[in-house]
Amino acid sequence: MPTPGYTLQQERLVEAGHRDGRDLGELWRYRELFYFLAWRDILVRYKQTAVGIAWVLIKAMVTLLVLTVVFGRVAQLPSDGVPYPLLVFTAMLPWQFFAGALTDSSNSLVGNADLVAKIYFPRLIVPGSAMVVNLLDFAISCVVLALLLAWYGFAPDWRILTLPFFAILVAALTFGAGLWLSALTAEYRDFRFIVGFIVQLGLYVSPVGFSSSVVPEEWRVLYSLNPLVGVIDGFRWAILRGTPDFYWPALAMSCAFALLLLASGLWYFRRTERRFADVI
Amino acid sequence: MADVVLNAEGLGKQYLLRHRIAGYDTLREKIGGHLRRLASATRPAQDARAETLEEFWALRDVSLQIRQGEVVGLIGRNGAGKSTLLKIISRITEPTEGRLRIRGRAASLLEVGTGFHPELTGRENIYLNGAILGMPKSEIRAKFDEIVAFAEVAQFLDTPVKRYSSGMYVRLAFSVAAHLEPDILIVDEVLAVGDAAFQKKCLERMAEVARLGRTILFVSHNLGLVRSMCRRGVLLENGRVVCDDLAEAAVARYLEGIEATASTNLLERVQRRGTGRVRLSRLDIRDSSRTVTSKVEAGRAVQFVFHVTGRLPALTCSFTIYDSFGQAITCFDSALQSAPAPADEAAVPHFVCELGELFLTPGRYRINAALYCQDELLDHVESAAMLDVDQGISDARPVVATPGYGSVFMPHRWVGPC
Repeated sequence: MPTPGYTLQQERLVEAGHRDGRDLGELWRYRELFYFLAWRDILVRYKQTAVGIAWVLIKAMVTLLVLTVVFGRVAQLPSDGVPYPLLVFTAMLPWQFFAGALTDSSNSLVGNADLVAKIYFPRLIVPGSAMVVNLLDFAISCVVLALLLAWYGFAPDWRILTLPFFAILVAALTFGAGLWLSALTAEYRDFRFIVGFIVQLGLYVSPVGFSSSVVPEEWRVLYSLNPLVGVIDGFRWAILRGTPDFYWPALAMSCAFALLLLASGLWYFRRTERRFADVI
Repeated sequence: MADVVLNAEGLGKQYLLRHRIAGYDTLREKIGGHLRRLASATRPAQDARAETLEEFWALRDVSLQIRQGEVVGLIGRNGAGKSTLLKIISRITEPTEGRLRIRGRAASLLEVGTGFHPELTGRENIYLNGAILGMPKSEIRAKFDEIVAFAEVAQFLDTPVKRYSSGMYVRLAFSVAAHLEPDILIVDEVLAVGDAAFQKKCLERMAEVARLGRTILFVSHNLGLVRSMCRRGVLLENGRVVCDDLAEAAVARYLEGIEATASTNLLERVQRRGTGRVRLSRLDIRDSSRTVTSKVEAGRAVQFVFHVTGRLPALTCSFTIYDSFGQAITCFDSALQSAPAPADEAAVPHFVCELGELFLTPGRYRINAALYCQDELLDHVESAAMLDVDQGISDARPVVATPGYGSVFMPHRWVGPC
């Protein structure tokens, strides 16, 4: 006997392999869970630490120092006419985000295994919300960059307005890769090591500590196969008033890569998500 | 029919069991498997050996219709498919075959406290857990005080839950879940937590939810609770529905089933665990006159004789007595006995556990028995025997059934009123 004022919702069909169009709307209905998971990660990240969020600064500063000394002073690499620390920091902005967000989102499904195995919600929320903490770190790093620019008396020009585009580019790239890796890690724990490997070696094969102009012309195409090359060059171009010989093919390749990873990552994630609870 | 909220047609869920030492699935194994299959393409005989997957249907051919406002008890042994069915209904996992139509939102209390984060405070966890269970923030805010009052943790709201006592933790977790208002509430054995007063509160809360016209699916091994909470009972056995009737009838059928499988030759039992190096072959209950029986009088001597299939140096036997609600009453372990009796090599290997007096009140009991060799579980048989205890006399006093007030009595003496 239905209670007055209590109406039943629409009917939903559950069947092997059945997907219905309401899934996207469902993602929207679960947006609060997305906020809460992100909020939890942010809250938990620096609980019971003495300096808290200052760790973002400490980490950035130490990395900056080491890279500047190693590549700028010891290796004496060219800096394209800007202070070497600025050259490094503009690249660290996307790099740190990529490294952090990729690691977090890849481990997110396994890290939330109890949720995945026991409660239903659109699984896309998990790797998505794991990236948000890194977005916060990214924002803090942007403030540090502003201070650094002021310190060196370096004023960016109109190109800085294109920065959001590059930020979206690196986010898309990372999210696409994160979708792949989180779904794969849920089933094969090997990918934990693979992600560690990508992040460790990526720092050296991407132009973080040096300008990509040091790469010989004939190797530029090959070098651009690393999608981060275009992204990092883009960040430098936008912040450092353009770069002498901006290599457009690299940026084009990064964009293509990001779209490809995002589309295929979504496809793979959606295809395997129904198995997560069984295999995780 | 219009008010059917849940309609399952031929639901089935298949799992692939891998027969190998459990571990992470690694790529190497997968790639290795492909290579082996490639290599053995010309030798099919070997391929069959390499294939170690076994199909296992956790659920098969389950058809159910549940109407709005029904409180349905789901019963069955461990591994009968109850949890799998609940997982499909709550959409955590997908059925392999069949279809399910659900009207409205199903929320499960599969395990209380899922998604609680130890570092977060009670207040923060209420919001987080509410969101995880699918409660909109506005709803959580509206019910916040109610939740806190229900859990009785008001003082500790701003303390990280890792500093909570386990009782507080469970109360808070249950309280958030209890204030959910889904269309279909799935309760899986969560009431086995907290103290008696809190359990009572939880049951009242469930009854209230049911009165509001919500549908409840209730899973429990506590048959007494199922009988009192639910009108309808569904009995699952080996992944199939074998009885869908009034709760009373389903529970009765379940108990019958347990008794029916209580054949005296334990070697015929399929449902058992353990390595099997030595197995239990028979369990005899002997009364005070040493006659094998299943009926004994309260307060009289009784012997439990466990026949086993072999001898091992450190072989031990243990068994547990359960009441008709599935509650463990007491257990016995030969590893803890005072002095082992010398083995009689000629006889069938067996253990005897002798009780000078049986301190159980009249009623029906169930015995699970196990064999161990140090830490290795050799054999474990559920419901190895049923034990009917009749009224009897102890210490010149009659021993009668005390339903609801425990099933153990102790020799005692009264003085007074003085």
